[in-house]
Amino acid sequence: MSTEQPQSPFETISETELSREDRYRQLFNGYVGTPFRIIWTDWRARLGLAIISSFLLMGTVGVSLFDPPRASEGPLLLGAFQSWAFPLGTDSLGRGILGQIVYATPAMLKMITAGALFATTMATGWGLFAGYKGGTIDRLMMSFVDVLMTIPGLPLVVVLAAILEPRNPYLVGIILTINGWAGFARQLRAEVLKLRQNSYVEASRTMGISTFSIITKDILPNVMPLIVVSFVTRARNVIIASVGLYFLGILPSSTLNWGLMLNSAYTSGGIYSPEQAHWLYAPMITIVLLSLGLLLFAQGCDRIFNPRIRARHAKKSENESSDDASFHGETM
Amino acid sequence: MTSADYFIKRTIQGVFTFFAVMSITFAMIRLMPGGPMDFLRAQMSQQVGGQMTQAEMDRKLELFTNMHPDRPLHEQYFGYIEHVLSGDLGRSIWYNEPVAEILGAAMPWTIFISIVSLVVIYAAGVSLGAIMAYIEGSKFDISSSMLSIVITSVPFYIVAIVLVWFLGYQWGLFPISGQFGENVRPGYNTAFIQSILYYGALPIISLVLAGFGRIALSMRGNSIQTLGADYLRVARLRGLSQRRIALRYVARNAFLPMYTGMMISIGTLFGSSIILEQIFSYPGVGYYMFRAVSSRDYPLMMGTFLFITLGVIVGVYIADLTYGYVDPRAGGGGEREAF
Repeated sequence: MSTEQPQSPFETISETELSREDRYRQLFNGYVGTPFRIIWTDWRARLGLAIISSFLLMGTVGVSLFDPPRASEGPLLLGAFQSWAFPLGTDSLGRGILGQIVYATPAMLKMITAGALFATTMATGWGLFAGYKGGTIDRLMMSFVDVLMTIPGLPLVVVLAAILEPRNPYLVGIILTINGWAGFARQLRAEVLKLRQNSYVEASRTMGISTFSIITKDILPNVMPLIVVSFVTRARNVIIASVGLYFLGILPSSTLNWGLMLNSAYTSGGIYSPEQAHWLYAPMITIVLLSLGLLLFAQGCDRIFNPRIRARHAKKSENESSDDASFHGETM
Repeated sequence: MTSADYFIKRTIQGVFTFFAVMSITFAMIRLMPGGPMDFLRAQMSQQVGGQMTQAEMDRKLELFTNMHPDRPLHEQYFGYIEHVLSGDLGRSIWYNEPVAEILGAAMPWTIFISIVSLVVIYAAGVSLGAIMAYIEGSKFDISSSMLSIVITSVPFYIVAIVLVWFLGYQWGLFPISGQFGENVRPGYNTAFIQSILYYGALPIISLVLAGFGRIALSMRGNSIQTLGADYLRVARLRGLSQRRIALRYVARNAFLPMYTGMMISIGTLFGSSIILEQIFSYPGVGYYMFRAVSSRDYPLMMGTFLFITLGVIVGVYIADLTYGYVDPRAGGGGEREAF
């Protein structure tokens, strides 16, 4: 054992060493475990998470539980809650409505994931980089974002959909958020402008750590909650836009789809005749439920992670307050 | 930054955005392989049974799309921009009328629906949110917060379908298509204005119902934050009247952060007209855009897209320039984003 003292604190070697397993456990706790436990304390987030999970289950396990719906598998236009084989009734071709809703879920989930992932990645990369770099690069990048933000989203998507005729759900998801990420990129940049003058960022910079490392290690963790909330909000926008466009028949479709169900129920006279009403209700309630789940989850997360509200939260522990400062006019 | 600089900067930005959008539409029509240009060519040779020569076809294509297919690309581009700037958006294939005329007739209706909805959404949302914040924690606050969350999660077209279903078809309280009654004379008379409001009621109500909850919730959050601010304690200590505190201090400061969101809402409402006007058979810009898409009428489709975008650019531009008046701290609005 050496009795020599290390010359400077930078040369000290830690006395304990973390095993690989410990490190992974710490990472897991930091990024998944603890946030999850915090989220779980808010009823909004809990309910939202429950709804989202049930949709995820429906899209994965649910599909294998029964056969895909086909024409004349049951009586025509059977009402809801009248038979065990077709709990939600059947449509005018005798297809089970519950089956159609379940079988439409996987494509919907793919679309939502692709869209939300694309938009969030673009916005995060763009916003963090522009905000951290500043100067001319920032101005150029933000001018691009401003142009993108001004182009109305839905008409642009309609035009693109009409020309490209996307059928792949992943592609549809990306087209639906083609300019939907711009607003969030701007918001993130504003956040980074505040963060980048913190002393620990400055310390990293003086130590000569690369821009990429500073952005991912020092800045990104601070804006992670914002990113999660935006991801969920974006997912909600994708689902609302896609169902709306499928309902209009602007997006071409070969698979089952809630918007398409809504369209067939609507055009075959669901709003005139009461015996078809159940056919119209089912997809409508499904969309509203998923949308509600995502909204509740986003609000719950926002309430817990938003630093401004978190402070309030700690002060007056359990008062019913929600804050939606991050909710700018982004829904369509 | 002085306000003149800001004005110039915003003007340049608006013009630049419009150029960018024109370039996008040009690229989409002209450059997409198997895209609109090829489709139109095939459509035309089908219509006339292949009796047209190449040159005749090109001339016709130019009439419809403002693009001359046999010229070099950059000439086509500048020719197209020139046409668009002079108000010539090409000719609709389906209606066989100039696109600009169709849209000129349709635009006021969409603007009417969007602007009225925007005003009502913000008026209702801001007042409800402010009330909710003032009596935070009360039964009214909790139940309206819940209601706002639930109603916000309903997409506007679902609200529209439900409204047209019950109020239109089942109970026959409201008309289900058109912009005004058959036997009223257009012009500045009471009957006509009443008729417009009556026919526009359902589309406006759909947008308002689906939209006000979000505004109410943000206003509530902002107001609660403002209510805890130190300058309000000072205001109370100064003995200012409750009314003055509520309006000048709380409401104003809580609303200001939402002003930018309002600008974006203009574009959102314009865009939603595509779905909304279809459900109510309301012949506005969105209605024609849908018709254009379903009949593959590319000139009309692109014209509508340009038209809507121009509307949004102008709306955002006006809102941006007035921001300085709404929020004196912004001093012309230039430094809003800076740190």
